Amino acid sequence: MSGIAIRVENLSKQYYIGRLQKKYETLRDTLTDALVAPFRRAGKLLRGQATGAAELDEAIWALKDVSFEVKRGEVVGIIGRNGAGKSTLLKILSRITEPTSGFADIYGRVGSLLEVGTGFHQELTGRENIYLNGAILGMKRVEIDRKLDEIVAFSEVEKFIDTPVKHYSSGMQMRLAFAVAAHLEPEILLVDEVLAVGDARFQRKCLGKMEEVGKAGRTVLFVSHSMPAITRLCERVILLDEGRIVADGPAHQAVSVYMSSGLGTTAAREWPDPDKAPGGEIARLRVVRVCQEDGKVADAVDIRQPVTVEMGYEVLREGYVLLPHFHFFNEAGIHVFAALDQDPNWRRRPRPAGYYVSRTWIPGNLLAEGTMFVTPAMTTLDPNLPQFYERDAVAFQTFDTLDGDSARGDWSKHLGGVIRPLLSWDTEFEPNGYGPGNDHGR
Amino acid sequence: MAVKEFTEPQPAVAASAPVAPDEEPAIHIRIEASKGWVSLKLRELWEYRELLYFLTWRDIKVRYKQTVLGAAWAIIQPFFTMVVFSLFFGKLAKIPSDGIPYPIFSYAALVPWTFFARGLGQASNSLVSGSKLIKKVYFPRLAMPIATVLGGVVDFALAFVVLLGMMLAYRIMPTVNVFWLPLFLLLALITSLGVSLWLSAMNVQFRDVRYTVPFITQFWMFATPIAYPSSLIKDPLLRTVYAINPMVGVIEGFRWALLGTDTAPGRIIIVSSLAALVILISGAFYFRRMERTFADVV
Repeated sequence: MSGIAIRVENLSKQYYIGRLQKKYETLRDTLTDALVAPFRRAGKLLRGQATGAAELDEAIWALKDVSFEVKRGEVVGIIGRNGAGKSTLLKILSRITEPTSGFADIYGRVGSLLEVGTGFHQELTGRENIYLNGAILGMKRVEIDRKLDEIVAFSEVEKFIDTPVKHYSSGMQMRLAFAVAAHLEPEILLVDEVLAVGDARFQRKCLGKMEEVGKAGRTVLFVSHSMPAITRLCERVILLDEGRIVADGPAHQAVSVYMSSGLGTTAAREWPDPDKAPGGEIARLRVVRVCQEDGKVADAVDIRQPVTVEMGYEVLREGYVLLPHFHFFNEAGIHVFAALDQDPNWRRRPRPAGYYVSRTWIPGNLLAEGTMFVTPAMTTLDPNLPQFYERDAVAFQTFDTLDGDSARGDWSKHLGGVIRPLLSWDTEFEPNGYGPGNDHGR
Repeated sequence: MAVKEFTEPQPAVAASAPVAPDEEPAIHIRIEASKGWVSLKLRELWEYRELLYFLTWRDIKVRYKQTVLGAAWAIIQPFFTMVVFSLFFGKLAKIPSDGIPYPIFSYAALVPWTFFARGLGQASNSLVSGSKLIKKVYFPRLAMPIATVLGGVVDFALAFVVLLGMMLAYRIMPTVNVFWLPLFLLLALITSLGVSLWLSAMNVQFRDVRYTVPFITQFWMFATPIAYPSSLIKDPLLRTVYAINPMVGVIEGFRWALLGTDTAPGRIIIVSSLAALVILISGAFYFRRMERTFADVV
């Protein structure tokens, strides 16, 4: 099978997710089920049918009939929004989980970096963890011996290499973990979003290392949300959505399909079919939108302008006090903030059934540049019944045009931070002053 | 995981060498859904022996980190159990002990028993406590309970040194049969591992197992001649049935080899060994059958 590294044919994976909430009509049903369920589960357990607590209630296809081929030496990016099946695909190819149907042929030794730092033990030293982590990733002991110095140098934690990693900062742990992973030398490398670690400088170093790997003739499958990283590293990109391949082609092509189809950073999402809309028995989410000041849906907004975020939802049962809210996550998965409904008209007031739109405004000059993922959520108050929590339903980019009137001022280079408020400053100036603790000047 | 190897895997050293782009890969694996009972893939486990070594080494290394008494814990538990047993069963209840001083009679049994019970307790929880690893990296899952049980051998060795000291104090010379001792340790290991394979695979599905294990070990202890001699059971048929509990063979073997108890344990040991092997093999197949969903449900 010369020339082919990975062949995937009709690969599908089904997950059981269980019921959200059971509807019990009577106390008798509740009791009967409580008595019968343990026996039913025990029976399944002994027959070797594995379902866990989820049972076989509701299934979703995380991957459905996915087929593609990857040639040896190709560097292929896999993109798609959260839940599109990217990680499931990598998990199957790295043999962590089995497909439900279809098959994949793999020619060559596989190394996978699905999460750096897995298997680090907090009580062990950096050096000991290099060996442990290396062995877990499939390296041989002699191989680790040979590369030890290189790994330590790459991680930049030389001074603390014999200190237990529990005394490391999280950044140091990440660097050490990536250093081990980066020195893996398999024929096929599967990488899942490892670049979301460390500071920008270390990220660039990792990207450089990945590029080197690609150039060394190894086959790389690379999952990422970072379009710049994808376009830089991959010549070919596969776009997944809802478990299927939507586009497969040259990187720039697939990325532009992703950005323009509304699959990527979708700034608006609708659930036209009420039965498929996320929600409980009281409220159901129907639409989420991110808009500019003028009310137009926008997936990129000027950092200086306010952003409108709104959700439309149906209230099916009257008489509950509802709390619509949004959670905002950045690219690194950091929960930047949550915004809870403050509308005085509906506060502490049970709502009649019907369709509502709740809206909030994020002021301009508050968010940092980058992508913000929005999670709309709903719960009732007293009793607290969660209705929906749609992780990363929509997303938008914040960009800075560098006109000099944002929080950046005239600084145009890298600028970190989770938020970037524009604060007012002033300066006191004494031409002959000496500063505190020095009174001669006075 | 139904992964068939079509060609010989590369030797360890060759696999670590950087790969030239035009070199034909020596490995071909097919990934597809597996059905029903699957092979144990012992050869793959053997290829991962270094990981097994590192996991065992990690278990040993971190076991007594951040404790005041450290490795003394390996001795404290069996030793004080022996003290309590000697007081209540030996002195007060006057339970016979095959002509051996009661303290050493019970301690010689408690050392392998503690090895068995601790291995069982920790290994049955090994997949759940290592769930992060299972979800993120592929390796033969069998390595996890095996490494945990193997890690207990160090504790056993420490407690065993105390046993030797006690024998010296009581002026008991081990018999020539002491050469059989490693075999009895192996029998305890097989039993502990076999039961752990069943329980750890079940524990992935339902955490009830974690609450069941203390019960199981407690009942099992009473079904094993630790506080009392097996010679209390006279009927030969009953003794054979009794020996289906593999730990009966282990304990009898230890006392016979070390203390020279004249219980002629030959038949007991054969029955116990067979029972232990049945548990191990069935456990391994059950484990492999459940393995395919570990990453999804753990």
